[in-house]
Amino acid sequence: MRFLLIEDNKGLSQAITERLELDGHIVDGVSDVSSANTMQNLTSYDLILLDLTLPDGDGREVLRHLRNINDLTPIIVITASREISERVKTLDLGADDFLVKPFDFAELEARVRAVLRRKRGDARNQIEIGNVSFDQLDGTLTIDGEPVTLRTQELRLFEALVDAPDRVHSKEHLMDRLFSFGDEGSSNAIEVYIGRLRRKLEHSNLKIETVRGRGYRILCP
Amino acid sequence: MSVATSTPIKGSVQRRLVLQLIFVALILTVLFVLAVRLVGERIAQSAQDSALFAAAASIASSMHSDNGELQLDLPHSAFAMLEAISEDSIFYRVSVGSRTVTGDDELSVITPASPLAERAYATEEFRGEPVRILTVPRALDVEGVFTNVSITLAHTRQGFHSTVSQIQSIATGVGIGFFIVSVALCLLASQSALKPLKSLVNAIERRGPEDLRPVNREVPSEVAPLITALNSFIVRLSGSLDKAEEFIAEAAHRIRTPMALVQTNAEIALRFAETSKSRGKIREIIVAARESSRSASQLLDHATVAFRAENPQLAPISLSELIERSISRFFPIAEMKGITLTVSPTKSNVIVAVDSLLMQSAIGNVLDNAIKYSESDTTVDISYGVLNDYGFINISDQGPGFSDGDIKHATELFFRGKKTESTEGTGLGLKIVSDALNVHNGRLEITKNGERGSCVSLQLPLHS
Repeated sequence: MRFLLIEDNKGLSQAITERLELDGHIVDGVSDVSSANTMQNLTSYDLILLDLTLPDGDGREVLRHLRNINDLTPIIVITASREISERVKTLDLGADDFLVKPFDFAELEARVRAVLRRKRGDARNQIEIGNVSFDQLDGTLTIDGEPVTLRTQELRLFEALVDAPDRVHSKEHLMDRLFSFGDEGSSNAIEVYIGRLRRKLEHSNLKIETVRGRGYRILCP
Repeated sequence: MSVATSTPIKGSVQRRLVLQLIFVALILTVLFVLAVRLVGERIAQSAQDSALFAAAASIASSMHSDNGELQLDLPHSAFAMLEAISEDSIFYRVSVGSRTVTGDDELSVITPASPLAERAYATEEFRGEPVRILTVPRALDVEGVFTNVSITLAHTRQGFHSTVSQIQSIATGVGIGFFIVSVALCLLASQSALKPLKSLVNAIERRGPEDLRPVNREVPSEVAPLITALNSFIVRLSGSLDKAEEFIAEAAHRIRTPMALVQTNAEIALRFAETSKSRGKIREIIVAARESSRSASQLLDHATVAFRAENPQLAPISLSELIERSISRFFPIAEMKGITLTVSPTKSNVIVAVDSLLMQSAIGNVLDNAIKYSESDTTVDISYGVLNDYGFINISDQGPGFSDGDIKHATELFFRGKKTESTEGTGLGLKIVSDALNVHNGRLEITKNGERGSCVSLQLPLHS
């Protein structure tokens, strides 16, 4: 996904960018209202992350401007203020959601997913892999058209493996993924989840392989 | 939170007032009884004296001289008046000079203080009994010679004493009655005098702990300086509280961006960490950053609730709308943790008059707790409806729940349940909820949710 990040704190802007890039996203970072408007004119983004306190004005200016020109790019506001009244005002201006600093990336991902799901309407964005079809936003999985219910942890594991098929994911890496989602399980827990995931993928032509001493990878036919 | 105060007490205004008034009433009562007795004695005495004089006058008028002899027909009617007063004994003596003409010659003749006086009274003992004696001197023309005749009458005093004692007992009775009524009036008066003070005390005691509005009551001028002093104290107190709240809000606000930087960088570092030791350390940093962020949020919420509670913007809103506004933000987080949020109405169109933002804070904090302490693949249910004239919002989870001991303390500042010790938290959440509910005269009830989990019930008076 392509993000536009509008955040004036250099350090934080860099960190968020780096973190999103780790997940394979493309991020353009700007630090004021005028460059935000310029960037927005040049490229179209999947999502805008917007800080409200900017050196040359209020972040709401960007919000108001975009909605005025009928640009419906999803916008998640990042702010240091937790006042509900602020939040209500900002949502009224057309922001799609609100994220209070500091935030877990898992929460950012969850909110992004929810916003994109709301915004996309009927357009489906499925990953087709073998006889499995996976909707990342809905978190739904079908095997030969038959829906399979995945629990949250199984879903996140599957997502991590499918993100980079054929690559070996270490247990630790997978644990970190779950950790972000509030699960502080042990490496044994990963084995349990992998076991469950394997059973659920039984009828698919995907296979989760254990690479001894290194981790797991998903194999496509 | 209860503050035990023991005010040193010296005396009681009411007791002093009552004692003083009773003392005055007692003196008045004694004076009254004495005065009535004195007047009664005088009247009884004067009645006896008049009757004696009338008898003596009647005897005197029957005297005449006949051939140089003093003639006296004792008219029976002379004693009629005396007999009418009482059944006392009557003695008489008519004497010329020291010679007794008729009657009892042991009876002493009273010499008037002045030679011109036409009567003289005295009270003496006669034959062992107290008597009232009257002597009326008359000059009688006997054969051209003026002769001084004395008519002396004596009347025992039983009738007099019984009249006086009757008057005295009536006076005493009336006096006692007067005293009792006075005491009752004293008590009433002292109570009514202190009533404004007591109602003021009640009004102040009834206030909630967060109520720092100035006291605005009509009081008597004597109490007004007390109110003025109290109000100026309240203004100073709430001023310093406001400052403290502003400070907390500002501090919570300032800490957010650096914390975001710490947390984001820690998450990045976790991706690159190579040893399990550094992983563990980085995870600890992330947990600590989360925790401080949550604490900052709750401190800020608490400050916001305290601030808005002073001037809540009440407006009617339906419970469904209130819940919708409060929970929409929580769906992504619940989904992230694998928790299902459900809303189950038991009655539609339940209207309450609340400050929507305050209640959103309250509901948000309960939900935040529920989601935080619940495991994945559980459900957090929000049901609402009406029970006993209150609109309720029940938030039930399948988390660790509260123990019985915890439930009592759950709304105390910084209290954390025993079962949640392994999860980070501040214990501010339910305090925020209970403060927000207090503003609306609402109630907070925490119960166990069956075998597992808890049910937090927010109850608000219905809008009429």
